[in-house]
Amino acid sequence: MDCLKESKPISGPKDGKDIVVPQGIIMSTVETVLNWCRSRSFWPLTFGLACCAIEMMAAGDARYDIARFGSEVFRPSPRQCDLMIVAGTVTKKMQPLVLRLYEQMAEPKYVMAMGSCAISGGPFKDSYSVVQGADTFLPVDIYVPGCPPRPEALFYGLLQLRKKVANPKAFAEQYKEKLENYGKNY
Amino acid sequence: MDIFLVWVDIFRNWLTGGIGIPTLAAEIFIKIILVLIVIIFVLCNLIVLVWLERKFSAFYAMRLGPNRLGPAGFFQLPVDIVKCWGKEDTIPEAVDLPVFKIASICSFITAIMAWAVIPLGKGLVLEDLNIGIFYFIAIGSTGTIAFIMAGFGSNNKYSLLGGMRTAAQMISYEIPMAFSLLGVIMLAGSLNLSDINEAQKNVWFVFPQIIAFLCYFISSIAEPNRGPLDLSEGEQELVAGYFLEYSGIRYALFMVAEYTHLVAVSAIAAIMFLGGWNPLFGLTFIPGFVWMMLKIYFMIFLFMWVRWTFPRVRIESLMHFGWKVLIPVSLLNILLTGVGYYVFQAITG
Ligand code: SF4
Repeated sequence: MDCLKESKPISGPKDGKDIVVPQGIIMSTVETVLNWCRSRSFWPLTFGLACCAIEMMAAGDARYDIARFGSEVFRPSPRQCDLMIVAGTVTKKMQPLVLRLYEQMAEPKYVMAMGSCAISGGPFKDSYSVVQGADTFLPVDIYVPGCPPRPEALFYGLLQLRKKVANPKAFAEQYKEKLENYGKNY
Repeated sequence: MDIFLVWVDIFRNWLTGGIGIPTLAAEIFIKIILVLIVIIFVLCNLIVLVWLERKFSAFYAMRLGPNRLGPAGFFQLPVDIVKCWGKEDTIPEAVDLPVFKIASICSFITAIMAWAVIPLGKGLVLEDLNIGIFYFIAIGSTGTIAFIMAGFGSNNKYSLLGGMRTAAQMISYEIPMAFSLLGVIMLAGSLNLSDINEAQKNVWFVFPQIIAFLCYFISSIAEPNRGPLDLSEGEQELVAGYFLEYSGIRYALFMVAEYTHLVAVSAIAAIMFLGGWNPLFGLTFIPGFVWMMLKIYFMIFLFMWVRWTFPRVRIESLMHFGWKVLIPVSLLNILLTGVGYYVFQAITG
């Protein structure tokens, strides 16, 4: 969650509330409404790489139920998704395919690095065949730590990502940094 | 619902008499407004339907379903639609551009065209065609073209396979569907949907035509490509089927077409088998429109129940079932109906 703390919200969220509410729907621009809607309906890509994906699937079942937040629509086609949950170990062999899937997604698209493997290589930090974190080649929006993170942690990540998506201006600087690595290192 | 027709009459009189517009122009104007009303009605249904679908799927899986936006998550779908609106419209380089672009619109148009003949109450119909049910079946089959267009136009092997599967499935299930409706038409002695409805004043056709109803029910699951017969979008083998390359609002149009088709198919089932706007238990103080909506939603409930309880079948078992079971059974039903009708007439003289 460090990435969220470091950034300084300009007109951004206060106590989890979005800027749509105080300004009023009528006065706000179309873009604000669109962003608000985007932040409320993430459709994740049906896509898992390793053990973390099992936990992602558990998030969809009866006990945790990702559908409460409207994200149960796991689309199989990257064209129709908004969110790529990099759930698991990204091996060097898989890296080009992950990147291609990301490029096939339609804008606006978001990436969540789920689990310590996708964040930094995790238990395979010194491995010759594992990519040391998804952010070495993708613009990752949010990190969910854990090995594996529990479904609750995944939900918390989703809710944090909401704030980020609803207030893109507040995070603009951060995006520039993120985009530096995009498509490199492989 | 007579009050609705009275309003239309008052409006027509005001247009021709009050303002002095020529009769033909006034008629065209009124028709356009009525068409818009029907489209809006269908789209409103859609919001309720998708909400119901998500809630039902949650219920059958012992989950809660969307519950954060609005009462019981009712506003989840509007938010999703707005999001789809704002999404990038990806058009891959290799697609056949005109076909790719038209396909999604085509699928929606063919789905909405069926609504021209479907009555929702006494006189509540855009065009009371005397061959209404024939028109419905004919328009239903033209929907196939849109799916083949999407499959071919995307220039993607999975899309193509999905499109071809849809075509095969829709064509082979079109036949038992038409045959099963034939039994009802024989009993009612008319192709006009309002007349068929009137013929069920005493007994609903679901009782003498129970075989036909089952045949119709199964083939109308396959027709709008719904689970468990939604092989055209089988994720495990075809990724997403014919709309694989579509994103944003074009993809949403395909979904809208699917649900529009579903409502139309349920409405036809309600009119042909469940007595349309004839009241149950002689409760005539409830308007016919309400009865009609109740029956449509009962059918939709059955469709959703089936969708979320059965696993998807394989393609060849689907085809075998269609050609080797459904078609003979529905043909047999026609024979039985004919013989039964003849015997009935001979007895009653
Ligand atoms: S973070 Fe742990 S649980 Fe997740 S993929 Fe890596 S090793 Fe598996």
